[in-house]
Amino acid sequence: MSLAVKNARPSLWRRLDPAVATAFGCIVLLLFVGSLYSRNFLSPEYLLQQLKVASFLGVIASGMMLAILIGQIDLSLPWVVTVGAMMSCAIGGHGTWGSLLAAPVGILCGIAIGLVNGVGVAYLRIPSMIITLATNAVAQGLMVVYTGGFSPRDSASPVMRYIATGFAIPGLPNAVLCWALVGAVTVILLTRTTFGRAIYGIGNRERAAYLSGVNTRAIVVVVFALSGGASAFGGVLLAGYASKAAQSMGDAYLLPAIAAVVLGGTSILGGKGTYLGTVAGVLLITLLQSILSVMQIPEFGRQIIYGVVIIGMLLLYGRERLLR
Amino acid sequence: MAGAAPLFTMAGISKRYGGVRALEKADLGVAPGRIHAILGENGAGKSTLIKVMAGVVAPDEGVMTLDGKTANFASPAAANQAGIVCIFQELSLIPDLSVADNICISSPPKRFGMIDRKAQRRLAEEALARAGASDVHPLALVKDLPLSRRQMVEIAKALARQPRILILDEATSALTAADVSKIFVVLKRLRSEGLALLYISHRMHEIAELADECSVFRNGRKVATYEAGTKSDNEVVELMIGREYVHAFPPKPKFANTANAPALECRGLSWTDRLRNISFNARAGEIVGLGGLDGQGQRELLLALFGVLRGCAGEIRIDGVAASIQSPKAAKAAKIGMALIPEDRKTEGLMLPMTVRENLTFASLDRISRGGFIDGAEENRLIDEMVALLAIKTAGVDIAVGSLSGGNQQKVVIAKWLMNRPRIILLNDPTRGIDVGTKQEMYVLLRKLADQGAAIVFYSTDYDELIGCCDRVLVLYDGAIKRELVGDEITEKALIASALNIDDPARAS
Amino acid sequence: MRDWRFWLAGQRGALLAFAIFVVMFTIYCANHPAGFSVNVVETAANKGVLLAFVAMAQSFVVITAGIDLSVGMIFTLTNCLASALVIGSPLSAGLGVIAVLAAGALCGAINGLIVIYGRLQPIVATIASGAVFFGLALALRPTPGGGVEETLADAFTGRLFDTIPASLVTLVAVAALVWIPFRRSVTGRAAYAVGSSEPAAYMSGVPIRRAKFVAYTLSGLLAGFGGLFLTFFTYTGDAAYASGNTYTLFSIAAVVLGGVSLFGGSGSAIGAIFGALAFRTIGDLLFVFDFDPLWQPLFQGVVLLLAVSISAFGLLRVRNRLDWFG
Repeated sequence: MSLAVKNARPSLWRRLDPAVATAFGCIVLLLFVGSLYSRNFLSPEYLLQQLKVASFLGVIASGMMLAILIGQIDLSLPWVVTVGAMMSCAIGGHGTWGSLLAAPVGILCGIAIGLVNGVGVAYLRIPSMIITLATNAVAQGLMVVYTGGFSPRDSASPVMRYIATGFAIPGLPNAVLCWALVGAVTVILLTRTTFGRAIYGIGNRERAAYLSGVNTRAIVVVVFALSGGASAFGGVLLAGYASKAAQSMGDAYLLPAIAAVVLGGTSILGGKGTYLGTVAGVLLITLLQSILSVMQIPEFGRQIIYGVVIIGMLLLYGRERLLR
Repeated sequence: MAGAAPLFTMAGISKRYGGVRALEKADLGVAPGRIHAILGENGAGKSTLIKVMAGVVAPDEGVMTLDGKTANFASPAAANQAGIVCIFQELSLIPDLSVADNICISSPPKRFGMIDRKAQRRLAEEALARAGASDVHPLALVKDLPLSRRQMVEIAKALARQPRILILDEATSALTAADVSKIFVVLKRLRSEGLALLYISHRMHEIAELADECSVFRNGRKVATYEAGTKSDNEVVELMIGREYVHAFPPKPKFANTANAPALECRGLSWTDRLRNISFNARAGEIVGLGGLDGQGQRELLLALFGVLRGCAGEIRIDGVAASIQSPKAAKAAKIGMALIPEDRKTEGLMLPMTVRENLTFASLDRISRGGFIDGAEENRLIDEMVALLAIKTAGVDIAVGSLSGGNQQKVVIAKWLMNRPRIILLNDPTRGIDVGTKQEMYVLLRKLADQGAAIVFYSTDYDELIGCCDRVLVLYDGAIKRELVGDEITEKALIASALNIDDPARAS
Repeated sequence: MRDWRFWLAGQRGALLAFAIFVVMFTIYCANHPAGFSVNVVETAANKGVLLAFVAMAQSFVVITAGIDLSVGMIFTLTNCLASALVIGSPLSAGLGVIAVLAAGALCGAINGLIVIYGRLQPIVATIASGAVFFGLALALRPTPGGGVEETLADAFTGRLFDTIPASLVTLVAVAALVWIPFRRSVTGRAAYAVGSSEPAAYMSGVPIRRAKFVAYTLSGLLAGFGGLFLTFFTYTGDAAYASGNTYTLFSIAAVVLGGVSLFGGSGSAIGAIFGALAFRTIGDLLFVFDFDPLWQPLFQGVVLLLAVSISAFGLLRVRNRLDWFG
């Protein structure tokens, strides 16, 4: 029998990454702790609400995951999210065409910024940490000039509001549907396409990928474009949810996005990680933030617990090998 | 000083890495004032043995004694303090620090708690002089030095530590002939001063010149110790591989096929100062070898052909048509059909944590996909074909390629490229660190591929391979083709003479 | 004769940052209504010194091939601590200063322990520890407030001999007393070795753990100096998340501008100082040229983008494409 077929699909049990399993275990634990505090915690309405809130982070974290998988990072997330929100709102006000094109334009802006990042990393070999910081600053500068320093006055278009808060499938918020869509595309990309294979190869060892004849530079550019697009899409959804954009609305998503990806078992060094893990990480972060708010723990306590939990979980499964 | 009591002994040393037994109850005795050579295949346990001695890894079981007392080294620093200094294959130099900083890295001279730079520089200059490397400036950064100078600095650094036992693990692989003679003088002087020296090398002529006694390792244990010169080369090789050694190279075709236009031709290829005006061709069905000492431009030539080097002057022609190859992606395209088996399979040929499946298909992603989506059935078919063709021994294709043995890993690299049906195959020292059995399989495979119409350019540091496999050999010296040897002209004497840039007086000009 | 050339090559990054800063500052003073006066220098120094301290802190960690994303939060935490402790009699204020600096060093040490013994990647470990430090700052100062011993504060933010800004003098003193001994010590060199190649450092018997621990602890100490000075300038403690975050990200920019390689093993804190000063001066340039302050963030961003792209010119010299990859 063909060796390839015989061993093609090891059982699900063996395939499950211990990190992902731990993450889901912690989700269960959090649900349990939450239910102790308030019985509402396990109610379907509340859980659905959590899923909806998680969707925004989920969409954004999908892009960040791709960047981390190739061994880079996208620190332009905060202002790309804001650009997506503001630009879509700006277009949204102009009649029916504007209403329909609002979301695509917002996402396109994110892709454009992502392209700049990608070219800088791939062709100019600038460390991603620093170039995405720079594009973040430029994006911020552009938005400050655009809004004149005030809160943006445009509001979200009806289409945007529908995408974020409507119910295409009764009972299921559209935002969750959007996340599911982004997630499905990401999973297919990573597991069933040559693009996905190349991403893992580049994250593992770009030198070997290059010598194998893969156009690593172009792929890096596309990954950053996707990351920018995902962040901007998250911004569009957030604007649709709140009916408008706000200055600095993306700041609160950078660290949770990185944490969600890493807690889901994706190595920060690249080359290893599954989307299931990112889903677990997003749910984990969202539930954690939600429990802390339900327990009415003051902000300072939340920050401390947030940090301690991340370190604790990473100590469980994120440790490097000993040199000896 | 034959018969001197051993300074250092190891007994019953075992070390396992996961399921792999690197050392299995190995033992060794090291006596002062003698040079003890250690021979064995890669994977025989030599490097692991040395790492245990030098405190880099801890043994799972076994006893070591120094001066008759039990010794345990928790770290390289501890071993150094006990007087055991090792010069490793992977250099232990810090690239961004200066030569002087590197030489005095562990206990530099100090003044008021801070490093005394003047004293340190003096120490460095002394150490460099003792190693015969006075041309190296102590303030130069290590990363700016060529590999041969770096190896000299590594040796100077070891000498500066005033060792009692000095271990050299393939420490001369990148040195020029002149450097090697200087080092040998130094080593012999150290021997007369009472140092114990362990010398690991694959180069039989070096061992013949240096060693007092030799030990052969095989499969993680020592199989023989004998006084140097008491065994023939063939006997030694048989000890190393554990069975009768037959020079088994597949037969070469009697007449080279000169009818076709060369599959690969380059004219006047030059690049910085590493390649000078190289012109040669390789025809379909031919195996052309590249010879010469390490670092004479062989690696750069292969990289230039494959599109990795920028700013190459000269012309490359494929099937008679001029081609401009600017990237490996262009090189592997169907029009050109090149493949390169790179120098270091761990960092350039494979992604070790990824599966065998993913590695095998990585250069042929277009072939296993349609419109970007992977065709699982086609992928499986091609994988099965390659695994069978190269007889790759693996428990499955969905396990990490890093868990395969060195020989099988190299097979995966070659299979990866063969899946792409290349017409021109470039190989950069493909049998380095591979067991003899796999090597034989590779020779047969290369000849078969040539017979099927591929043009093969084959760089090897092993003279036997060049003599046994190649139809023609180009010996490079300092970036230029020093001499071309055809058919019966390929002999060890001719290869060595051209490699060392000595004109063979017997050859008519 | 060739010796000074080696030294020059090694200091290239810092010298470039110095040159950039001098050029920018000259343009600034030339176009400032008050010109190169003591007031102008003092204001510029006071603004620049804060980022300079935080950039110095970041450089210690970056040299070991790490990154500290909590440095801005240590800055904020020590600011809040100072607003509570550096008060009262000269003795208690003095003790307060020592306590604040010790707290900064402690934060750095905690980061170091997590990275060394927890074996976590610095980028994620410091994201998390930053959240903890910020939480502590917020607990201390839910709203901006507190105070500081004013004569002490004024002494450090005023002038020495009526001309030289005291903040600048402190910065130079701290650099001389903390950075230079570190650089010349075995531990300091070990930090460079670790950043350059940790496997080679291990094989050479370099004290890896000690080097990292000292680097992270000193980083916390320097961030503490920054927080202390912020309290001296503003007389209050403010747990402002945005500000702390900004200082963290700006410190990375300053460090890169100052010629410290993000891959570790090269660069110096002196370069980071000039990188920080140059970065601050960029913003000031707009003010001097009467640009709408609305354009400042954009201008700062574009200049940063251009500055980091300059390193790409080195790529033109790359002959072997494999050098693109680590």
